[in-house]
Amino acid sequence: MRKPVLRVQDLSVTFTSRTGNFLHRRERQLRAVDGINFDLEPGETLGVVGESGSGKSTLARALLGLIKPGRGRVIWRGEELTGLDEEELRQKRKELQIVFQDPVASLNPRMTAGDIIAEPLWTFYPNMDRLQVDERTRGMMKVVGLLPNQINRYPHEFSGGQCQRIGIARSLVLNPKLLVCDEPVSALDVSIQAQIINLLKSLQKKLGLALIFIAHDLSVVRHISDRVMVMYMGQALEVSEKARLYRRPLHPYTNALMKSVPIPDPKLAAIARQSSWLTGDMPSPYERPKGCIFHNRCPFRVNRCEADVPALRRMENGDWVACHRARSLISRFREFLIQLPAEPAMS
Amino acid sequence: MPGHASNDKPLLRVSNLEVGFDTREGLVKAVNGISFEVAEGETLAIVGESGSGKSQMVLSFMGLLAENGHVSGEAFFRDKDLLKMKPRDLNKIRGRHIAMIFQDPMTSLNPFLTIEKQMAEVVMHHQGLGREEARAHAVEMLRAVRIPDPEERIKQYPHEYSGGMRQRVMIAIGLLCEPELLIADEPSTALDVTVQAQITELVSELRKQTQMSLILITHDLAAVAEIADRIIVMYAGEAVETGTVNDIFYRPQHPYTRGLLASVPRLDRESDDELQAIPGNPPNLLELPDGCRFRDRCTQAMEQCRERPPLWVTEDGRSSRCFLPVEGGKVFAEPAGAGDTA
Repeated sequence: MRKPVLRVQDLSVTFTSRTGNFLHRRERQLRAVDGINFDLEPGETLGVVGESGSGKSTLARALLGLIKPGRGRVIWRGEELTGLDEEELRQKRKELQIVFQDPVASLNPRMTAGDIIAEPLWTFYPNMDRLQVDERTRGMMKVVGLLPNQINRYPHEFSGGQCQRIGIARSLVLNPKLLVCDEPVSALDVSIQAQIINLLKSLQKKLGLALIFIAHDLSVVRHISDRVMVMYMGQALEVSEKARLYRRPLHPYTNALMKSVPIPDPKLAAIARQSSWLTGDMPSPYERPKGCIFHNRCPFRVNRCEADVPALRRMENGDWVACHRARSLISRFREFLIQLPAEPAMS
Repeated sequence: MPGHASNDKPLLRVSNLEVGFDTREGLVKAVNGISFEVAEGETLAIVGESGSGKSQMVLSFMGLLAENGHVSGEAFFRDKDLLKMKPRDLNKIRGRHIAMIFQDPMTSLNPFLTIEKQMAEVVMHHQGLGREEARAHAVEMLRAVRIPDPEERIKQYPHEYSGGMRQRVMIAIGLLCEPELLIADEPSTALDVTVQAQITELVSELRKQTQMSLILITHDLAAVAEIADRIIVMYAGEAVETGTVNDIFYRPQHPYTRGLLASVPRLDRESDDELQAIPGNPPNLLELPDGCRFRDRCTQAMEQCRERPPLWVTEDGRSSRCFLPVEGGKVFAEPAGAGDTA
């Protein structure tokens, strides 16, 4: 294993909300991110998957210091980010960049594409030569698949997919070493999603970026990830090498997430549906279940799951899982991938 | 367009539907001459990406277009043309005979009213039930959409429900008057993936129990593989392909349908090679290209695609608007001037 560029240790973020009235003030604690650990190697892609409320976006913001973590450390190339002051952290953002979910809402509608892409350059290098900035901006536009002659157009003149390309160009213009993508494709149409994922994958290879790719859907991160972390209510339930996870998931929640991805084939969809999936919704974050955080929705729970919190343990093959029953369940999760018949049998 | 194989009189028959919007930049043609039918008990999925016109098409015959929108064509529900009805008469059909569920269950429910108030209102208005009867009926419907402990939960407000539970309430409201047609516009898009699967399952089961017809509007072709009987694929305001669910998934004809199918990331396959994207972007509805609207993104585009492509139709009711011929199909003779962008 190469030396990791990013080390995340016991990272936790807690939000406090005040309720009650003037006389009976109450404070409630919401643990949005709860004890996350992982390492990221240079040029590696970690996919982070979770439903809404799993803490994945809060994790992204805490990694970049946009939110102050309550506990834990983020170590970037040997330096602890969590200890830096505002200005030092700001300087680090040249190396650590983020791409947001909604490409249209995250671009300033009153700035041209060129100004949006060049803004980080002006912020960090105010004395940079105008021609140089222009050249770099046009170069970036080419890299992300935009036409340099669109430099003076405004965001509303672009489609959603093109706006996301602008967002990517802006985040890459400073030559970062780590790119955090927070649901970069979930607001886009299916045919455009594939374009953006392919673009990010090729850019990552070309530029040697370390990448954290967040999504709510396991199908989206598969093509781009080396490893995948599955989050639920702020905790990591599984961190596995990609090929192994998609062949045979370790955690019942991962298994359920895989089964909920629709298959574009009527016959296979009917087969896949026969195995039951999760019931119910994620509990309120203020009322976290005791024991395993997932136990109230888990079809495999035993008494122990309601009492003891399962630690994230390392399996023999190097993957990590937080489940008391992982070892006995591993044979229960049938190989998910269904081999297609060579010719679909037709009625 | 000729109808599909069913001999029964269709529940809904839409012909040559056109929807336009007056905007500052000019006329936007959101729907360009679409015809289709829905038989009794049938599930029709209308699949298209954003801007394809799939939602506006349905809103137009439900009388729910924005103020700057206008519609022409016919939309017969049994023997009445919905487009020619007075708002008063349309109100008697909406909710009672045709119910609609929208994408976002949070904004579709009134946050100030309890679920009971919102549900009882519908049946008291449409069926003239008393408050007690209405309440009992509402509880029964909540139970049907599998809301646990419905007698208690009916007293709660929308914010006390999770997203998935709220969408169940919306479905229950839609079903209150036992409509003959339920229209669901992206019913699970705003929900989490594990909850989406639950909602799809629920809708499909309810449909089987009740014999109602269903129109499902979605951007996600994969999501309707199991639930649709027939599918219309829309692109830039036109129906580019129509067929049974097996036709669309196993024998797609139109290059757009093929591209859409190939771009779905799937977990049921071993390979995770580069995803197949459709190149380019959907056209701006204000600056539509001449001829085939998919031309600029089509891998099989030819010189003749600069002309308007013909509509191929087969006897068993499938169709494709493309210069590539459909096996066993004939070119449908369209009325002169139909579908012109001018």
